[in-house]
Amino acid sequence: MSKKLYRHTGVLVRFLLSQNRLRIPIWIIALVLITFSTASSFSELYQTPEERQAIAQTMLNPAMTAMVGYSNGLDNYTNGAMMAHQMLLFTAIAVAIMSILLVARHTRTEEEDGQIEMIRSFPVGRLSNLSATVLMVGVTNVLLALVTGFGLYILGIESMDLEGSLIYGAGLGATGIFFAAITAVFAQLSENSRGTIGLSFAFLVLAYLIRAVGDVGNETLSWFSPLGILINAEVYVHNYWSPIILLVGLAILLISIALYLNAIRDLDAGFIPSKPGRTNASSLLQTPIGLALRIQRTGLIAWAIGMLLLGASYGSVLGDLESFFKDVELMEALIKPVEGFTLTEQFMPMLMTVMAMFCTVPTLLVVFKLKGEEKKNHTEHLLSRVVSRSRTMGSYFIISIIVSFGMLLLAVVGLWSASVAVMEDAISFSTMFSAAMVYLPAMWTMIGLSILLIGLFPQFSGFTWLYFVYSFVVVYLGGLLQFPDWMSKLSPYGHIPHLPVEEMDFMPVSILAIIAIVLIIVGFATYNRRDILG
Amino acid sequence: MTIIKTNNLTKKFGKFTALNQVNLEVNEGEVYGFIGPNGAGKSTTIRLLLGMMKATEGEAKIFGLDAWKDAVDIHKRIAYVPGDVHLWPNLTGGEVIDLFIKLRGDGNKSRREEMIERFKLDPSKKCRTYSKGNRQKVALVAAFASDADLYILDEPTSGLDPLMERVFQECVIAAKNDGKSILLSSHILSEVEKLCDRVGIIREGKMIETGTLGDLRHLTRTNLLVETKLPIIGLSELKGVYSIEVKNRTFSFQVDSEYLDSIVRHVSQFGIVRLESAPPTLEDLFMRHYEGVGGAF
Ligand SMILES: Nc1ncnc2c1ncn2[C@@H]1O[C@H](COP(=O)(O)OP(=O)(O)O)[C@@H](O)[C@H]1O
Ligand SMILES: [Mg+2]
Repeated sequence: MSKKLYRHTGVLVRFLLSQNRLRIPIWIIALVLITFSTASSFSELYQTPEERQAIAQTMLNPAMTAMVGYSNGLDNYTNGAMMAHQMLLFTAIAVAIMSILLVARHTRTEEEDGQIEMIRSFPVGRLSNLSATVLMVGVTNVLLALVTGFGLYILGIESMDLEGSLIYGAGLGATGIFFAAITAVFAQLSENSRGTIGLSFAFLVLAYLIRAVGDVGNETLSWFSPLGILINAEVYVHNYWSPIILLVGLAILLISIALYLNAIRDLDAGFIPSKPGRTNASSLLQTPIGLALRIQRTGLIAWAIGMLLLGASYGSVLGDLESFFKDVELMEALIKPVEGFTLTEQFMPMLMTVMAMFCTVPTLLVVFKLKGEEKKNHTEHLLSRVVSRSRTMGSYFIISIIVSFGMLLLAVVGLWSASVAVMEDAISFSTMFSAAMVYLPAMWTMIGLSILLIGLFPQFSGFTWLYFVYSFVVVYLGGLLQFPDWMSKLSPYGHIPHLPVEEMDFMPVSILAIIAIVLIIVGFATYNRRDILG
Repeated sequence: MTIIKTNNLTKKFGKFTALNQVNLEVNEGEVYGFIGPNGAGKSTTIRLLLGMMKATEGEAKIFGLDAWKDAVDIHKRIAYVPGDVHLWPNLTGGEVIDLFIKLRGDGNKSRREEMIERFKLDPSKKCRTYSKGNRQKVALVAAFASDADLYILDEPTSGLDPLMERVFQECVIAAKNDGKSILLSSHILSEVEKLCDRVGIIREGKMIETGTLGDLRHLTRTNLLVETKLPIIGLSELKGVYSIEVKNRTFSFQVDSEYLDSIVRHVSQFGIVRLESAPPTLEDLFMRHYEGVGGAF
């Protein structure tokens, strides 16, 4: 009986691998290249222990710990310790995203779309598809772990020994396997693919936040987050294998739960019950903008809560940061204080960049919903009635503009309320508000780019995300990794004045706004002229 | 020998009862028409038969095996075509057919080519470019290229044009002649009439009639429209004539199938100019069924 549940898993693994014959290598190569290039650039940039120790000093504060994770290696900041401290967490998050997307795609998404129904009508076991998916993603992560591990060792950088490198790779792989497992569970619980992906990403964000709070104040708390467990491997410092083993063990437990749930449930069913819908459309729903809003309501609410929490968790760190600066006068000597600004204020621009980038994600998701609807042939229903194309696209555009402002506002509200609670010398709301809102033109440029691509080259509109990831890497990590300045100038976020530390400069901001308007106008014009795809 | 047998099969979705004590029997070598309007519970029954859902009560057996527990063994001898076929957008039709044949583990190359030819499918195109009908053809090709003992077809022609529907009917007849059993669901009575030996009619989750089409004759009325040279006299006195409507010299009325002969004889005395008949619809049949049981809706 139980063997029959897995019949033809092997055939399905091969089928899945052939479907992903491009996607998986691209993920692995991209991840490995980022790891290798940062490792070698670190070793070139900071050649002497003194230089590295200087960097360690700038890392020695709660805001940094919250962001990149806790490190025991700051006293002896070798190349390896630096790599593990500054890169492991972010790379692991990217690996987690890869696993989430791959698992969700081949489990709940295909079940919702109906491919699994076809597969299940053959003499294929009830659990074969889930186990094949988990195996495929598992193999991908093991491969990634091995290439990263041996690759880092072969680079031959001092202090990056074989064991450390292998743990580094294994940490990435184990994180990937863990998130594959948790996504597999969510795919059983939720009965649609948006729910599965939404829950998995919410879990990832929560894991990051719990680790941030734990790393700053409460070590035990970090062990409740998979990302916190990963940090505790102390790669290139103490090289502990046990956190890696713990992650894999938890993953196996989660996979067993997912398999059990899958075995007892009906096809297309989930364990989180869906509410019955309304019988009649409310008057709001009967307009295109109402429809666009309605179909994204749940997602937007979830993002709104997420942004509020993100702001609040950064805000809660500001108090620690403040007292830290008070204690360590040495720091004040190291980071040259800008006249008239507290050190916490000087951290504002960095926080604002991160929050603006996070807020850009739901904003772009709104615009891309237009394309998703088109792909599913839903747009036809609107266009074949009396709704013009401009009105259809306009609905999504207007919502995205509102979302860009609303999400940023929520993040600021979260940041400010938490900071007021923990800081002695609180920063005013208006200072934070303007420091955040100045990023809106950059976000609108991203909206403009996606609208332009949806109008002009719908097949390539995914490029927007690539550009977004690029912006994130160069602007956020660029400072750490000492990328040349022009690289961050290629991103709209690199042109925003750093309020409150810098003066407000209307030039770049207005230029970005104009660029955004031009992109949007061209996007609308071309969208009106092209064929609707299905 | 019975191939499919369900015993008081019941399926509830929360509080909603989608299937209520359904008893269904398909015998070896027969084409069984499973008819009911949209939302009657046809697809739910079929998903229970395929072991994709678990019955709330009752049981379903195929080849004497349990539909849920022994799904894999049963599926080795089954071919299934759903009403709405969903495939992998970035694979070609040919690749999908090969995957399906591989998963079943039988079917041969020449049958595959023959079926592709007959259904006029272009297997080199990506599934994303296929219309609904073309995706259905992919599933039909894979089904009829295999050597199954039982074909479960859930509204398989809903996207096909009349020409392809003919090809489909030929395939069903060929399979039947090879001694295979076929469960064919539809919401159009006339569609299955040509093919089926027996039919079962389901409505709101309950089986309301089963039998050969002959058995159900008493429930079917043909719609006639007749224009004659002379006005027809005495039509309303004839047995088996219902709901007469007259417009000039055009009479339209319903006829019990068993009295068709005598009525047409009577009418022809008046010089037929035009005669149109429409097959009985499912709705007519339901009306008759509920009249028969005392109009209890
Ligand atoms: N997963 C499900 N959850 C809730 N209700 C369902 C589900 N599947 C089917 N139903 C309901 O069961 C009834 C029968 O559906 P179905 O078997 O698909 O009908 P048919 O195939 O005859 O058109 C319908 O009212 C449908 O809404
Ligand atoms: Mg159906």
